[in-house]
Amino acid sequence: MKVRYQNRIELLQGTLDLLILQTLQWGPQHGYGISQAIRANSGEVLRVDTGSLYPALHRLERQKWIEAEWEVSENRQRVRVYHLTGKGKKQLLTERSRWEQLQDAIAGILSPAKGESKA
Amino acid sequence: MNFPFWRRKRREDDFKKEIESHLEMANRDRLEQGDPPETAHHAVHREFGNVDLVRELTRQQWRWNWVDALLRDTGYGVRMLRKNLGFTAVAVLTLALGIGATTAIFSALNPILFEPLPYPHASRIMMIWDIFQGKRSDVTFHTYRELAARGRIFDSIAVLEPWQPTMTGADQPERFNGQSVSSGYFQVLGVSPVMGRDFQAADDVLKGPKVVILSDTLWRRRFARDRTIIGRQIILDGDVYAVIGVMPHAFENVLGPSAEIWSPMQYDTQHITAFDTAEWGHHLHMVGRLRPGLGIDQARRDLELIAHNPVPEFPRPRWASLKDGFIANSLQDEITRGVKPALFTIFGAVILVLLIACVNVTNLLLARGVERRGEFAMRAALGAGDSRLIRQLLTESLLLAAMGGVAGMAVAMLSVRALVALSPSELPRVAAISINGTVFAFGLGITTLIGLAFGLIPALHAARSDPHRDFQQISRHIAGGHRRVRGTLVVAEVALALVLLVSTGLLLRSLQRLLAVPVGFDSSHLLTMQVQTSGHRFDDDGAKHRFFAQALEAVRNVPGVAAAAFTNLLPLSGDQYGVYGTQFENGVSYSVFRYVVTPGYFEAMGIALHRGRLLDAHDGANSPPAVVISESLAKSQFPGHDPIGQRVHIGPLNRPWYSIVGVVDDVKQASVAESDPDAVYITPNQSWFADDAMSLVVRTRGDAAALTPVIREAIWSVDKDQPIVHVTTMDDLLAASSAERRFALILFEAFALAALVLAAAGIYGVLSGSVAERTHEMGIRQALGAGRGDVLRLVLAQATRMTLVGVGIGTAGALEVTPLLASLLFKVSATDPVTFVAVAALLTLLALAASFLPAWRAMRVDPVVALRYE
Repeated sequence: MKVRYQNRIELLQGTLDLLILQTLQWGPQHGYGISQAIRANSGEVLRVDTGSLYPALHRLERQKWIEAEWEVSENRQRVRVYHLTGKGKKQLLTERSRWEQLQDAIAGILSPAKGESKA
Repeated sequence: MNFPFWRRKRREDDFKKEIESHLEMANRDRLEQGDPPETAHHAVHREFGNVDLVRELTRQQWRWNWVDALLRDTGYGVRMLRKNLGFTAVAVLTLALGIGATTAIFSALNPILFEPLPYPHASRIMMIWDIFQGKRSDVTFHTYRELAARGRIFDSIAVLEPWQPTMTGADQPERFNGQSVSSGYFQVLGVSPVMGRDFQAADDVLKGPKVVILSDTLWRRRFARDRTIIGRQIILDGDVYAVIGVMPHAFENVLGPSAEIWSPMQYDTQHITAFDTAEWGHHLHMVGRLRPGLGIDQARRDLELIAHNPVPEFPRPRWASLKDGFIANSLQDEITRGVKPALFTIFGAVILVLLIACVNVTNLLLARGVERRGEFAMRAALGAGDSRLIRQLLTESLLLAAMGGVAGMAVAMLSVRALVALSPSELPRVAAISINGTVFAFGLGITTLIGLAFGLIPALHAARSDPHRDFQQISRHIAGGHRRVRGTLVVAEVALALVLLVSTGLLLRSLQRLLAVPVGFDSSHLLTMQVQTSGHRFDDDGAKHRFFAQALEAVRNVPGVAAAAFTNLLPLSGDQYGVYGTQFENGVSYSVFRYVVTPGYFEAMGIALHRGRLLDAHDGANSPPAVVISESLAKSQFPGHDPIGQRVHIGPLNRPWYSIVGVVDDVKQASVAESDPDAVYITPNQSWFADDAMSLVVRTRGDAAALTPVIREAIWSVDKDQPIVHVTTMDDLLAASSAERRFALILFEAFALAALVLAAAGIYGVLSGSVAERTHEMGIRQALGAGRGDVLRLVLAQATRMTLVGVGIGTAGALEVTPLLASLLFKVSATDPVTFVAVAALLTLLALAASFLPAWRAMRVDPVVALRYE
């Protein structure tokens, strides 16, 4: 059991950071909100496990890419809201371009150009 | 560590609230979607997953994670240890004894082996000996003068000898232990008086000023810390001395720990070619301080060069020709030379005890590791990694070690006191034995080492095991590989205990043999004391003879005294300046103890006469010189024929021959263990000089010690200014003569006892653990028809196997180790088969006894219960 959890964290790590940072780009949000947003925006495909989400949030916070504050929600509930820092915005750009590179690379592998396949 | 407790606590609370709000929001969303409350609640929790796991994973992201983990591990460890109070108590006690004993012994070893002597640049101080007749020997005054003039390697050099002046003028005469030194003595040590001044070259000349320097203790004790003491005059041996200095409180005089007063020796530097003077006698210790940057080898080469290249200014007599060179060693080595082997042996023994203690605690931990397998499997399944488990176990064992260490320090402090009280007088630097920083660091070091060492084995064991299998084993005790490890530990324990027990056995037999050695006299009801003549009235030998004769008469009149006599050399008292050369008519010369005894000495001591006659009142100044010799001398010099009537020269050759009139039993002089009691006995009136101090031996009818005050009064009734010292009974002297061996033996006995108990406990623990685990197996065996006797045999066989392997390995180890004990053994071989066999038998019996209870329990296993237990 424990092995599975560890693998999942490692698998998702880079991507989950990107998803969280991207979600916070649209505005401050609490943990539940972030998980709901990722789920909704992925068309219910990506479900973020809380066992991955909260460690990631606290890690990003430690790296000063996001900050957290206690706020009162529209339902008059005290919630811990995360927002992006300046450093976090820069990091988001880096992560995005890295993701795009990765995407291109994987796409290249999945549908190789004809010239390359000949060689 | 920059995140204190309360911040961690707040963070923890924050996160708890964060999760709560998460769950509430999710719940509200579900309700809004129309789920019934019951379903919504379950769904939300299912979706969220294991709250504790999320918390644990998230916590790992916090920066103070390791502090947190340490605290939690410690807290958990404390809880575990508290839950198993019995286990904890046994483990801590075992460790405390091991660590305490080791630390205490180390504290005695520390000043001798590791700490430099308490002088500036102490490594530069050397001690230099002459070599006389192939043996190390004190130097002569003129040899010192030659080295002082020619030895360019020394900053300063000095000679010293014991000096025991008697102070009169106060109520009672008091004799001090002191040293007569050349002027550079304190410079060599590098310590100056705290008040007044040091000796100068001008003080140390023939017939120079009578001056003394006092020790701090004497200044406090006799002079009430008088700050105006400098310049004060005191009377020593009838002469007026001026106090010129007081040494610092911290000054430790390793070359004479009991010395309290010093004076310049004031020898004659002029008549160097008069070879029959005291200046040419081998009776001075010599020390020198090397120039900075010079090594000891360089010093030795330089001394060799001087020894082999005599110069005309320094003529040398035959006995101080220096033809064999010098012996030069660092003062540190010289001071500790005699005791190092014994101390190392004792330290080795205590290390063995510590090892056995560690093996035992490791065993306990392993046994508990088995009990806790289920717990570990559970924790692993819940996501604890191997490193996490190892860390937890290490924390626990370190915690255990720390507790053992703290308790051990208490044990050490107590035992250091006992150690100092028990220590034989030869132990140098006793004053410096204490639990100081170095010793504390040593204790801390071994504690940590132990914690890691015995934590690691069970920890690795737990980590290596497979949670799936262990889950199965929670309910079913199937023997695992750990049993082999524990068996190995028992074997190690038995082997270590055997080494220790054999060593103890050898020491015990040595002491037995030593106590069985005939000393040559009857020590019971024998009171002894040294009586001195002091002052110029006794410059004349006749005055000394008269005083001793009158004192003896007074003592013999004391009721309760059966017999009394004086001797210049008292057996076993440490008197050692009585060796003189003799020459027989055939020209053979021989060194013997010269006893000057009053008639009646042999009768008072109970020394048996073998042939001829004893000395009596007729052997006076005007009678032909008569001598009684010892049996060993008679045997070596007159083998096969009668020595009576033969003649011998004792001391100077220009005196008349002594005729041998009797042969008496050999008497031990230096120590019971030594075998050189060759001796000659003459009367005071027939000696060529009169001794200043004589020992009185009194054979009493009742308790010897009780007569002390009366006898002292009797002597003082003759002359009230004469000091009486070293009052003791012969039985006490006899005991002191074997003090070093006794000391070692007491320690070894204590260690061996501890080892025995620990080994027995270890064997018992392992077997009862193994029997408990094998209850099921025993049940099956019995169900399949094994008799109870078979089961009993099975367990006893396991015990015997382990023990015999341990005994085998231990015997091999002991054969390697016991030769190191040689210096402490007496008439017992280091491989004494009796001791080896006895110890092996003892250990085997003990092991079987320890295994009997578990075996009996195994035998009583009810097959039905054992199988139902499944």
